Amino acid sequence: MFKKIMVPVDLAHLDVIEPSLKIVADQAKHYNAEVCYVGITATTPGSVARTPEEFTQKLEAFAQERAKVHGQPVSTHTIVSPDPIADLDDDLIAAIDEVGADLVVMPTHPPKHLDAIVPSHGGKVATHTKASVFLVRPGAGE
Amino acid sequence: MAKQPNDGKPKVPDDTGTEGIPAPEGAANLIDTDYVIGQDNITASPLGIDVDLHGKVFLFSSLVILFFVIATLALQDQMEPIFNAMFSFLTTKLSWVFLLGANVFVVLAIVLIFTPLAKVRIGGANATPDFGYLGWFAMLFAAGMGIGLMFYGVSEPLTHFGTAMGGTSVENGVRTDWAPLGAAAGDQTAAIDLSMAATIFHWGLHPWGAYAIVGLSLAIFAYNKGLPLTMRSIFYPILGERVWGWPGHVIDILAVFATLFGLTTSLGLGATQASAGLHYLFGIPDTNTTLILLIMGITLVALGSIMLGVDKGVQRLSQINMALAFLLLAFVIAVGPTLMIAIGVFDNLLGYVQNLPALSMPFGREDANFSQGWTAFYWAWWIAWSPFVGMFIARVSRGRTVREFLVAVLLVPSMASVVWMTAFGTTAIDQVINQGITAAQDAALELQLFTMLEYLPLTTITSFVGIVLVIVFFVTSSDSGSLVIDSITAGGKVDAPKPQRIFWALIEGALAIALLLGGGLGALQTAALTTGLPFTLVLLVGCYAIVKGLMSEPRSK
Repeated sequence: MFKKIMVPVDLAHLDVIEPSLKIVADQAKHYNAEVCYVGITATTPGSVARTPEEFTQKLEAFAQERAKVHGQPVSTHTIVSPDPIADLDDDLIAAIDEVGADLVVMPTHPPKHLDAIVPSHGGKVATHTKASVFLVRPGAGE
Repeated sequence: MAKQPNDGKPKVPDDTGTEGIPAPEGAANLIDTDYVIGQDNITASPLGIDVDLHGKVFLFSSLVILFFVIATLALQDQMEPIFNAMFSFLTTKLSWVFLLGANVFVVLAIVLIFTPLAKVRIGGANATPDFGYLGWFAMLFAAGMGIGLMFYGVSEPLTHFGTAMGGTSVENGVRTDWAPLGAAAGDQTAAIDLSMAATIFHWGLHPWGAYAIVGLSLAIFAYNKGLPLTMRSIFYPILGERVWGWPGHVIDILAVFATLFGLTTSLGLGATQASAGLHYLFGIPDTNTTLILLIMGITLVALGSIMLGVDKGVQRLSQINMALAFLLLAFVIAVGPTLMIAIGVFDNLLGYVQNLPALSMPFGREDANFSQGWTAFYWAWWIAWSPFVGMFIARVSRGRTVREFLVAVLLVPSMASVVWMTAFGTTAIDQVINQGITAAQDAALELQLFTMLEYLPLTTITSFVGIVLVIVFFVTSSDSGSLVIDSITAGGKVDAPKPQRIFWALIEGALAIALLLGGGLGALQTAALTTGLPFTLVLLVGCYAIVKGLMSEPRSK
């Protein structure tokens, strides 16, 4: 049913995305789908990598690790942005079409009052794409 | 958003792993350090709000800011004389440091344009620019001096013209007049030349030279050397790994202090001026309520802008601003003394070049009032602002070559200043000498622009555009300033959680209101200006760092 699953990953906070990674592995095996891991990095040096190229390399290594877990084909897509915090949602929405994904799996936090000021990324992505979106709450599947 | 070569295609496993750091796009020379950006940061989620901060820099800069604000509010009468004495000591006894330093920055920036080092590309040999020329330039200009041009475009040429015409006066062997250089007593043509040269001197190569040095050194050390985007990084060639410790913390705390107080006091004083303008034009009561509403309005728009980010927020606002400023400039040139302005641009440029050596001479000045009260004051101001403007410029300049950078940050804005000052200054002086209208000359400084516009057609529209420009220039300063402070206090991270940006924008607004109501804005501005001295030394280090950094970079073809 699904051919390509896009998975936005934050390499600086792997613990947060752990539950959704497990779900991705199950889904990918179930649908025999390719998994595309998408990372976003600033142009400036950051905590994960000091250059966009190093970031791409780390994302690639991460994807290969995951391939060993679920055995499905993997690919990566690096988004380089001068202001990743502000551009994240729009860049992810654009990336869905660019990589040609039909399912997006991403972690999200439970709804909270602060969402009115700082909306959740998952919510924004889900309302702005034709692809199916699976938002994973913290602690899901435990 | 830039695409990477690995887009969307399945890859065979490779064994590069995470070993070794590849260079930025194309050839570049990363600094080898074990420091991980954000390693000293504290992450937490108090009240469900995520934060990611450099513990020491955030804590100590907050404490210093809190201390200064409380001290100024509570002990206003005691603090103000201290700040004033400190500042007048700096600008009288140490004015040569500012003048000499600023000359070094300009000379280095100009020399660099013509050396092979200018071929180095920021972000690596194959990096591509994040922003188009127009958006990039609009941001440079709006962050750099936009607001000042609005206020001094008319008032500074008029003031220098007046003092130059007045000639020199000496008491007890000391010059008591404020005229630049030897003045031009009674000689109208010479007085115009001198006043325009002096004005352009203050708004030309020297301020932009300081910005260029900070911007370029930060950009090289962040994008090509892989160090965090904070002030401390340019000290790496001198301090080595010690920049990650207290020497580095102190530099960053100082940068936060100068930026926050520079912004807050400008916001407060700017609101005072905008409110005076609104009162003068539309009869809106010039009260504390108007001031508070203005600051809240400016802060709210700035908040919206930083939520939208650099690309969709700051860049767009800067472009709107530049378009409006251009319209106002074109209008003044068209309805003002067009021919006089057109000839003036070339005359003034020539006059600027001719007077430059005398005006920038750090030693043996006879015009002490002018060189200390005007020039050294301006230099302290520009240099105190340079961490903020320089960091912001660095952030948006990836993908440009050093030559492109220096031409766009040094030469183009200087030319824009020449045209702007000539248009507004000539029109104002023309009113005085050819039309006998002295209203602008007699008005209070902050109203001189509007008084001048009153004697041109379409006054209501142009004055309104003037007020809007003043306010939007403040918004662009406030939003880019919040981004800069946030990234310094987050240890150089530009992807720290969004609420932190909001926090800094709100703090700026709140401090401006508190200081306006409680008094002490002027005193704190003086305190911010005193950081010009340490930053002159920081910038001199920056000069060394630029040359050292560029020497070890591969040059693009």
